[in-house]
Amino acid sequence: MQMTPTEFSEVLRASAGGDEPADVGPDFLDTTFEELGYDSLALLETQGRIERDHGVVLSDEAVTELTTPRAFLDLVNEHLGRALAV
Amino acid sequence: MTRAVVTGLGVLSPNGLGVEQYWAATLKGVTGIAPITRFDPAGYPSRLAGEVDGFEAGEHLPSRLLPQTDHMTRMALVASDWALADAGVDPAEQAEFGMGVVTASASGGFEFGQRELENLWRRGSRHVSAYQSFAWFYAVNTGQISIRHGMRGPSGVLVSEQAGGLDAIAQARRHLRRDTDLVLTGGVDSSLCPWGLVAQLPSGRLSTSTDPDAAYLPFDRRAAGHVPGEGGAILVLERAGARPGQRPYGEVAGWGAGLDPAPGSDRPSALRRTAEAALADAGVDAADVDVVFADAAGTPELDAAEVAALAEVFGAGRVPVTAPKTMTGRLYSGGAPLDVVAALLSIRDGVIPPSVNTAGTAADGLDLVLDAPRPAALRTALVLARGFGGFNSAVVVRAAD
Repeated sequence: MQMTPTEFSEVLRASAGGDEPADVGPDFLDTTFEELGYDSLALLETQGRIERDHGVVLSDEAVTELTTPRAFLDLVNEHLGRALAV
Repeated sequence: MTRAVVTGLGVLSPNGLGVEQYWAATLKGVTGIAPITRFDPAGYPSRLAGEVDGFEAGEHLPSRLLPQTDHMTRMALVASDWALADAGVDPAEQAEFGMGVVTASASGGFEFGQRELENLWRRGSRHVSAYQSFAWFYAVNTGQISIRHGMRGPSGVLVSEQAGGLDAIAQARRHLRRDTDLVLTGGVDSSLCPWGLVAQLPSGRLSTSTDPDAAYLPFDRRAAGHVPGEGGAILVLERAGARPGQRPYGEVAGWGAGLDPAPGSDRPSALRRTAEAALADAGVDAADVDVVFADAAGTPELDAAEVAALAEVFGAGRVPVTAPKTMTGRLYSGGAPLDVVAALLSIRDGVIPPSVNTAGTAADGLDLVLDAPRPAALRTALVLARGFGGFNSAVVVRAAD
């Protein structure tokens, strides 16, 4: 299973607040978290929620170095792809 | 010497949201003390509180701030917004290092912290919010306010329970006398959750009455504790004349502080010398003071100590004394800043707000303003505050001109 951009946007907002983006295309995916107004704690909080909801473990260091939603989504889907389907 | 003037006010009180609502209610003697609704208080020995009603954080703050803030921080942020608007100050137009934030905090973010402790206990560490890292912390209000408004000047937090609000105002004044043009100061507290209540019970100072009109009776023979409340006030403090368009409510003219001797000592409380230090700092005599806003602890021993100190400083019955906090409960770090607001508005409107519910039967020698507001020409007010642990602070507030 893979997470979609829309799902990621929802998790980000559930974790750290913020407005619903007009769309979840490149305008959202490739804007930096800094420009979107999300700091490192927002990313850690989002990481925690994804880990709990999907049963994956992401590296804290890797997460805090992510600069865009696309990078975060790619990291998540890399882990989800590796997790064995039961 | 630089004069420090209050140019903006932001208030959230159990008896009014916003300055004018608070003041109108206070002059009418309207109380905000009621049974706790924030959680079910059944089974707790103290069941009343002064809750701020009608506050929806989402209506006032961007959604990004909500996951990371305790209720008290949300109120502090809104109070700061209102104070800045009241002062006519847009922080974006001011020099960023010329603006500071100094607040008081007595408990930090208890409600947030309780929830995360519950998550830790019930579900494990991976269920604890990353925001717990600062949302509980005493300095978080100062931090969030300064970040939100880009105020990068000298900042800090004072933690001396109910006395802290005056200590914060004094520290703000200290910064203004050095190199800062504007400081947001005051305090907002809230610990109306089970953990917050339980943390206060061992003090032995909470009233166990279930009658909102008879639970908090300072200077009354029936005094048996206080009611906790939430809320407070944020004030804009500026150097007089530093910004065109300043409309000062009044001046913070003097401050004093002292620590009580250890329990069991035969030395007196520090309240008298604290009050006298504030008067000396303001360069005024006791006879110049037109009204005293009392600490009004609401326990027999502490009330007696305050009555004695006031008699020693002013002479029996020589100055009107009042405690509008009888309508709100004790707001801890928000309480004394709210009293400073009341003092400033009293001076502005020429009227002393009443103390309610207390019959004043243990106020020998005090001219207590009871039940109805008292018109009076006022220029100088003394605000007293004592914090659990022996803290005593006093501030002299004076008309601006």
